[in-house]
Amino acid sequence: MSLWKEFTKGVLRENPLFVLVLGMCPSLAITTSVANGIGMGVAFTGVLLASNIVISMLRKVIPNSIRIPSYIVIIATFVTMVEMLLHAYSPALFKSLGVFIPLIVVNCIILGRAEAFASKNGLTRSILDALGMGLGFTFALVTISTFREVLGAGTFLGMPVFGDSFQSALIMILPPGAFITLGCILAFINKMQSMKAAKRTMVGQQVAQQQLSSN
Amino acid sequence: MLDLHEIIFIVIGAIFVNNIVLAQFLGCCPFLGVSKKLSSAIGMGMAVTFVLTLASVITWLVQVYLLERFDIGYLQTIAFILVIASLVQFVEMVIKKHSPDLYKALGVYLPLITTNCAVLGVAIINIQKSYGFINTLFNGFANGLSFTLALILFAGIRERLEDADIPKSMQGTPIALITAALMSIAFLGFSGLI
Repeated sequence: MSLWKEFTKGVLRENPLFVLVLGMCPSLAITTSVANGIGMGVAFTGVLLASNIVISMLRKVIPNSIRIPSYIVIIATFVTMVEMLLHAYSPALFKSLGVFIPLIVVNCIILGRAEAFASKNGLTRSILDALGMGLGFTFALVTISTFREVLGAGTFLGMPVFGDSFQSALIMILPPGAFITLGCILAFINKMQSMKAAKRTMVGQQVAQQQLSSN
Repeated sequence: MLDLHEIIFIVIGAIFVNNIVLAQFLGCCPFLGVSKKLSSAIGMGMAVTFVLTLASVITWLVQVYLLERFDIGYLQTIAFILVIASLVQFVEMVIKKHSPDLYKALGVYLPLITTNCAVLGVAIINIQKSYGFINTLFNGFANGLSFTLALILFAGIRERLEDADIPKSMQGTPIALITAALMSIAFLGFSGLI
């Protein structure tokens, strides 16, 4: 697979949240505002990138039987570092993300990439994979939080979008809004995929018919 | 020392008002993954309750007698995840040896619990809210029950959804999420309770 494809696969084709449906907890909990979504995405990408780099470099050193505990310790180290950085430089974000920063440790995407990718591939590919997956996850978080913030609070990144007469739907900011938004997005993606598949089979049938008639 | 009033407060709050899955979004992965059959939901719920209670108590002890004593609080995340991971392994071995029946019921779900963010989440929340030992014990147990309640209700609904006529693109995870949203709205009704 080319290096460029290694990078782009995480963004759309294998998007960790929308296609693989991993890492649900943070994506449902902290997407109440776009700023939170971006902050979580950046913190997540940082941890994923650092852990992918280290695990890829150590992949021949770590014995197979204790690889999972080793990965968890490596990931937890970087999560602690990100937590301290956020606490020092962005206290507001630290407060609004709350318990979900330390919970990046148990995010299935990071351990999944370590196990499925970084432990089998070289440094360059692992870095690209981490960047792509991180970008894909951030993109997913921003999409969900855009819907929730615009509909639930009438703002985008804190700026009012609609006029004063706009009645915001509070439910979108409350917990149910997260489930509704992600459910609708996943249904939309399913619909797109089935339409694409239908188109492909239709084109295939037409080609087959043309071949038949030309014979 | 045993403040019954506060304990009741914590238990009701954890189970109904701040339901761990439907209001706090901890443990969403197993919530969606292991809720297709009622029997497996009950098994998973029991396993989580068991581990959550034990993990709450042990992480509290680690925090108070190791991390705070030696002033290394910044190692909290690393220490907790290691404690939880080894605890789950240990529980698995003990149950396998002493109670094969229980192992049969819980066995498959135990390894999954290490990566369940509910366990680590509740352990950290216990410390953040600076609960005492008794309160931590009850908070862990109540959150386990809270997870079990949500999971069993959800599995019951999903079993019935199997027979329903759902649009093709909504099948699977999307309809499960919408169902969870409706359950979450129902649980919002408890919000005035405390």
